[in-house]
Amino acid sequence: MNGVAHPISLDRDRSLLYVLREELGLTGAKYGCGEGECGACKVLLEGLAVRACAIPVSEALGRSIVTIEGLAQGGRLHPVQQAFLELCPFQCGFCTPGMIMAGASLLSQNPNPTEEEVRTAMDGNICRCGGYLRVVEAILRAAQGTLRPEARSR
Amino acid sequence: MSAPRSGVPFDLAAPNERPYFDRFGDGLVVVLPGRRPGREGWGRGGPPHGGAWIHIGADGKARAFIGKVEVGQGTRTALSLLVSEELRLPLDAVELTMGDTDVCPWDMGTFGSRSMPDAGEHLRTTGAAARAVLLEIAASRLEAAVPDLDYQDGRVWVKGTESSRSLGYGELVRGLRRVEVVPSSTHPVPPTEWTRAGRPTVNLGALETVTGARKYASDLRLPGLLHGRLLFPPSYGATLVSVDLSRVRSMRGVVSVHDGDLVAVAAPDPLTAAAALRAVRAKWRTTDQPAEGEIVSYLRRHPAEGEEFWDVIHHSVGNVAAALSSAPVTLNATYSTAYIAHVPMETHAALASWEGDRLTIWLGSQTPFPARDGLAEALGLTPSNVHVIIPPIGAGFGGKHAETLALGAARLAKASGRPVRIVYTREEEFTQTHFRPMAVVDIRSGAKENGELVAWQFQILNAGSAAARTPYRAPAQKVDNQPAESPLPQGPYRALAAVANNFARESHMDELASRCGIDPVGYRLRHLEDDRLSAVLRAVADRAGWADRGSPPGSMGPGRGRGIAVGMEKGGRVATFAEVEVPANRRLSVVRIVTGFECGAIVHPSGLRSQVEGGTIMALGGALFEAIHFDRGRVLNPRLSQYRVPRFRDTPPIEVVLLDRRDLPSQGGGEAPLMAVAPAIANAIYDATGVRLRALPLVPNGTVPESDREGALRSPSKGPPSQARALRRPRGTSRA
Ligand code: FES
Ligand code: FES
Repeated sequence: MNGVAHPISLDRDRSLLYVLREELGLTGAKYGCGEGECGACKVLLEGLAVRACAIPVSEALGRSIVTIEGLAQGGRLHPVQQAFLELCPFQCGFCTPGMIMAGASLLSQNPNPTEEEVRTAMDGNICRCGGYLRVVEAILRAAQGTLRPEARSR
Repeated sequence: MSAPRSGVPFDLAAPNERPYFDRFGDGLVVVLPGRRPGREGWGRGGPPHGGAWIHIGADGKARAFIGKVEVGQGTRTALSLLVSEELRLPLDAVELTMGDTDVCPWDMGTFGSRSMPDAGEHLRTTGAAARAVLLEIAASRLEAAVPDLDYQDGRVWVKGTESSRSLGYGELVRGLRRVEVVPSSTHPVPPTEWTRAGRPTVNLGALETVTGARKYASDLRLPGLLHGRLLFPPSYGATLVSVDLSRVRSMRGVVSVHDGDLVAVAAPDPLTAAAALRAVRAKWRTTDQPAEGEIVSYLRRHPAEGEEFWDVIHHSVGNVAAALSSAPVTLNATYSTAYIAHVPMETHAALASWEGDRLTIWLGSQTPFPARDGLAEALGLTPSNVHVIIPPIGAGFGGKHAETLALGAARLAKASGRPVRIVYTREEEFTQTHFRPMAVVDIRSGAKENGELVAWQFQILNAGSAAARTPYRAPAQKVDNQPAESPLPQGPYRALAAVANNFARESHMDELASRCGIDPVGYRLRHLEDDRLSAVLRAVADRAGWADRGSPPGSMGPGRGRGIAVGMEKGGRVATFAEVEVPANRRLSVVRIVTGFECGAIVHPSGLRSQVEGGTIMALGGALFEAIHFDRGRVLNPRLSQYRVPRFRDTPPIEVVLLDRRDLPSQGGGEAPLMAVAPAIANAIYDATGVRLRALPLVPNGTVPESDREGALRSPSKGPPSQARALRRPRGTSRA
C-alpha cells in the first residue's frame, strides 16, 4: 500500500475500500455509491485504476496498491495532480481523488490520448458538480506536459 | 451541568462580552452588527443575518468570520478575495472561518444564492471599516494624515517614503484589544477599482483536494469511534408501531437507542453496525400513498392550505379573464417536472462527541445555526451547549439538512459515552432526504394577431414561487402558486421552482412565437422588460450565431434544431442556447450549449465559470432523463445504477459567456444558470422535429417521440383549460 506492506485480517468479506478507509485510515478514496457506479473510490491496483468498493480485499493481497495519498513521488505531484491543481476542475472536490486516479491510470496506458479517449476512459467517474469539461482539459494538459514549471514546486 | 468548555457562543453573547482576544490573540476586531428575524418576517432591508467580524492579529493576518458555509460552490475563495481586496492583503493572509457556531455570526443557512449578496457585502463593509481603523492608527504613528498614506500587502507607509518607514498591520495592532463597530458611513472599494477581487485565482485548498488530504465530514474520526445507523421507515408516511431490540442488545459492542420515532444502533465497525440494524425487528403502519401514474391528478386533488406554506404567491394585474376572452390568439398548455434527487457525491454525514454536557458535532449541513438550535431543543440543552462545526462538504445543492442524522449521532454518542459517526449509504441518501418537488404548471396566454402578449395566466401547482413572475410585458397577468400535499418528501433544491416555472414559461413563449410566426429571439426581446436580461439574451444569440440563419423551424436542416431560453432569478440573468440532433432513430443528442450569465460584478471569475458550467450540466440531467420513480411512498430507483445522472458522455461542448457588470452589486451564481437549460433543449427539439415536449424529463429513454401526444403530460383530472382558439396551427402546436 503506497509502498508499505500492511498486515490485515481476512476474517470477513470486506471490500478494499472498506479496509482502506475504516482500517487503514486512508480516506482519500471516497464512498460515493458502493456499487461500482461513480468512481469516487478509485485506486491503482498494479498501476491500473480499479473501483475499490467493488474489489474484495482478498483480491488485493500481496499486490501493489496506490491511493491518492501515495500518488505524488518524492514531494512532486503526479502530472495529473499538477494539472488539477492548476485548472481546478472541481467544486466540492469530493470526486477529485477518483478522477485523478482514473486519469493517471489512463495516461500510464495511453500517454497521448485524444479528447474522445479521455471521455471514454473517464465515463465511470461521476462529478455531480459538473466539472467534466475541465477534467478533460486537465488530463489533456497533463498528457501534453504543458504544466507551468514554476507551479511544480508548490 | 458543567460549564461549557469554551463559554457562550459568540452569536449568543453580548457584543462586548465576546472573548475575541482570548480566542484569537490581541489585536483589532471590527464588528458588523446583524439583523435578527423580526416577527413580521424579513421586512425591508433584506433577510435577517448575523453580520460579520474581522480580527486583525499581531501576526498581520485577517481572520474573518461569517455564518455561511462552503458547500463546494467556491464561496470560501470568493469571500476571502473580497476581504483581501478591502485590506489589500495577499489571499494567504486572510483566514475565513465559516459556519462554526461557537465563533461565527448567526446565519439562517446557506441557500437561495445569498452568500455573495449577503455575506459578500458584509465582509466588504467590515473589511473596509477595518482598513479605516488601521489607517487611522498608522496615521498617528507615522505622524501623517490618512490621505497621505499608501498601503499594500499588509504594510502602510507615508507616500514617497516606502522603504524607510513602513508599518505592518501586525505592528499597528500589537498589544491592542480594541473592538470597533462598523460605522454606517463605511465605503467598500467599488468593484470598478478592484485589483484583487475579480481576477483569476486558484481555489483555496486546491492542494489538499488534489492530494486527498481534504477531510470531509464522512472522513473524520475520533479515538474510540463508533459507527451509527438509523432505522428508517419502509415507505414515506409509515409510522413506527413497535420495535424489538432484544437481538441487538445481545450483540457484543453494540449500542442502541430507542426514543420515540428514533431507533438507532452503533458498533465499533460499519459492518457490525449494518448487521445490528438488520437485527432490529420493527412493525410499521403504512399510510395510503398514490402510485406514480396518478401523481398529477393526486396533486391536483390535494392542495395544501394554510399560512404555514411559505411559498404561496398570488399576483394579479388587470383583468386576465377579460383579456383572454377578447384575445385573437390564445394558447393553453400544461407543463410538468418530475421529482428529482440532489445526489451530492458525498452522502449526509455527522460525527458527534460529548464532553460532559456539551455536544460537539461535525456536520455536513447547509444550516449550522438552525441545526444547533434544533439539536439543543431536541436534547433539552441550551444552544450554548451545542457546538456545530461544518467541515468541507461533498456538495449540497439544497439537500444537506442533516438534523435527523445529527440527533441520531448525538443520542448514540450520549448512550455509549463514545464519539459516533453516521454516514448515509447511497440508498439512504436517495430515500431519506427530500426531492425537488414534482410540479405542474398550467398556462393560458392571449396575444394580438401581431404576437403582442395581452394576457398571461400562470397557475403553478406544487413547484414553489421562485421565478414565478414573468419577465415579459403583459398588461393583464395572474400568477398563482398552489402548494400540494406531496406523496414524497420534498424541499429545497438548487434553483428549486425556477427550473419548473421557467421551463413552462420559456417553452410557452416559444410556442407563442411559433404560433405567430415570429423569431423566438426577436419575440422575447420585444416583450422583455429588463434591459440586463435582454443584454444577456443578445450576447448569447450573438455567440450562437443566431441571426446567421433563418428563423423558421427546420432551418437547421433535417434532424437538427436550435432553441433558446432566458431566465431571471436571485439577481442573476441567464440565457441558454441549445443545438440538438435528432436522427432517424430519434435518439437525441445535445451537440452544443451556450450559456450567458450576468450577476453583477464578478468576484471570482474561474469559480463563477465553474458554477455556470456545472449548473448547466446538472440541469441537463433534470432536463433529459433524471426522475425519481416511486410507488405508494417507496422510491423504486434509489441507487446510482438506477438513477441516471449526467456523465462525461452526456456533456456537450458548453460555451460560457460571462457579462461582468462592475457597476452592479455581486449576486450569487449557483442557481440561476440552471433555469434556462431545459426549455432551450425543448425548444430545440421542437425546432428539429416539430414535436413539443412539455414534461421533464424530456427524453427519459433517450429518444424523441414521433408526436406530441406520446410526449404530452397525462391529462389533468379536472378543470381542463378551454379549447384553444387559434388563427392558425403550425405543425406541432397542440391544444391542451
Ligand atoms: S463508491 Fe466505488 S464506484 Fe462508487
Ligand atoms: S467536484 Fe463535487 S462532485 Fe465533482
